[in-house]
Amino acid sequence: MLGPVLETLIGGLLTGVLYSLVALGFVLIFKASGVFNFAQGTMVLFAALSLARLSEFMPLFAALALSIAIMIALAYAIEFLVLRHLINQDSIILFMATLGIAYFLEGFGQSVWGSDIYSINLGFPTNPIFVLESIFPGGLLIDPTELIAATICAVMVLVLAVFFQVTRVGRALRAVADDHQAAQSVGIPLGQIWLMVWAVAGLVALVAGMMWGAKLGVQFSISLVALKALPVLILGGFTSIPGAIVGGLIIGAAEKLSEVLLAPILIRTFDLAGGGIENWFAYVLALLFLLIRPQGLFGERIIERI
Amino acid sequence: MRAPTAGEVLLSVDDVSLAFGGVRAVTGVSFDIRKGEIRAIIGPNGAGKTSMLNVINGFYQPQRGRITFKGQTRSRMRPYEAAIGGIARTFQNVALFKGMTALDNIMAGRTLKMRRGFFWQIVRMGPALSEEMEHRLLVEEIIDFLKIQHIRKTPVGKLPYGLQKRVELGRALAMEPDLLLLDEPMAGMNLEEKEDMCRYILDLNEHFGTTIALIEHDMGVVMDLSNRVLVLDHGVKIADGTPAQVQADRAVVDAYLGVSH
Repeated sequence: MLGPVLETLIGGLLTGVLYSLVALGFVLIFKASGVFNFAQGTMVLFAALSLARLSEFMPLFAALALSIAIMIALAYAIEFLVLRHLINQDSIILFMATLGIAYFLEGFGQSVWGSDIYSINLGFPTNPIFVLESIFPGGLLIDPTELIAATICAVMVLVLAVFFQVTRVGRALRAVADDHQAAQSVGIPLGQIWLMVWAVAGLVALVAGMMWGAKLGVQFSISLVALKALPVLILGGFTSIPGAIVGGLIIGAAEKLSEVLLAPILIRTFDLAGGGIENWFAYVLALLFLLIRPQGLFGERIIERI
Repeated sequence: MRAPTAGEVLLSVDDVSLAFGGVRAVTGVSFDIRKGEIRAIIGPNGAGKTSMLNVINGFYQPQRGRITFKGQTRSRMRPYEAAIGGIARTFQNVALFKGMTALDNIMAGRTLKMRRGFFWQIVRMGPALSEEMEHRLLVEEIIDFLKIQHIRKTPVGKLPYGLQKRVELGRALAMEPDLLLLDEPMAGMNLEEKEDMCRYILDLNEHFGTTIALIEHDMGVVMDLSNRVLVLDHGVKIADGTPAQVQADRAVVDAYLGVSH
């Protein structure tokens, strides 16, 4: 019993790193504008589509470089065409703008790149690795693609965490999120800050889309990965980078384990079909968290003076 | 009552008009602010006082007119240019970074003084770290000056209004401004808090030579503090002069008492 559970746990944690990465994209934009970026999922899709289609014409590294340029250009366009005109507006207005960007980008991506299922071949080894064969009969199976993907994501998450956490940029981000006018009045360059976080969020989306696309193929459903980031954010706190990391790992592990541990109980005790637990477990966990600790594990305490 | 100062002109506003759609907020207003003076802007509600401040530090873009600051004339100021040029301000309804501590709020006022470029401040090591320490020293001095040591580490959202206003003044001071714009610095304060705030403003002006433009409704305060007073009504300048001149002005009295012409 322990063997399969461990195997599931490892698989869950590896997937969880990817969730962390997607969640990180949200956290960055939330930190700098106090807004849930509805377009993050579409950005993942758009980035993956760009990479997949470009790699049909050129070597992967060139396609990757070009995709990076595209995501940065996209961030610039969003800042120039949308965000800078919304300074001093309520956050609900900014949120509606991200909704608009999401649907535009979804359609625009299909117009440019097409709407079939495309594949990204990263050239990772596919033969499964077995570890700890001396302890468990047959060893524990680890998918090397997932392992590599998780490693890349982990490195990226760590670099970003250091970048935003240990620096004064963090203070500027919070300032911008709190009050646009006040931030401007002390000379914090709003446009630069937004451009930076959207560009980084775009790069994060590109890496997430690349990994996810290599695993499942590039198709519309990729943008739904973003929905998995929601429970991660609620768990970790919308403003916390460590929260996104830990939250991602917990959600990744919990949903896989729920399938292995909870499903048999449901089937045995209540005579249910027992499938699909993976799909809702994360959200139930998030709901529980909302009741107990609405600011998440690492989120800022919510302060409201009445 | 204080006499007008003879300093050179730091900022002059020339024939500025500002409208929102069909509503005219400011119409053809000209005035100047001299180095080292305390300049009051008064007028009834909706006279265009805050709009005027917003034009000066670039939040609003006037349709007509020119602004000359430190000898440089332009048709509009941008908030970033204003901040870099040394214009700091506070807001009518306190605009602090609510989740951050008083200390962090005031440190945010140092953003532009950090020598390293914005992207290079990222690595908080070596020279950048010692730079942070230098700024901390100055910020601690400001905190001492404003007597807010006890709330340094308190998230400002939790503070009472009077203290929030003081932290906001601290943040503006951290910019070491050449021109300090105060939008109703004493609104919503009790008598004691008002007296404290008055003392801070006078100290700043007298000991540090800070040029200050302030909007205030308390006439006693305005008459005590300011060297010169600009009076706006319905977006138009109706008087400009020493407190005594303005007090004696017929148009000003009418504007405040609402006499029909």
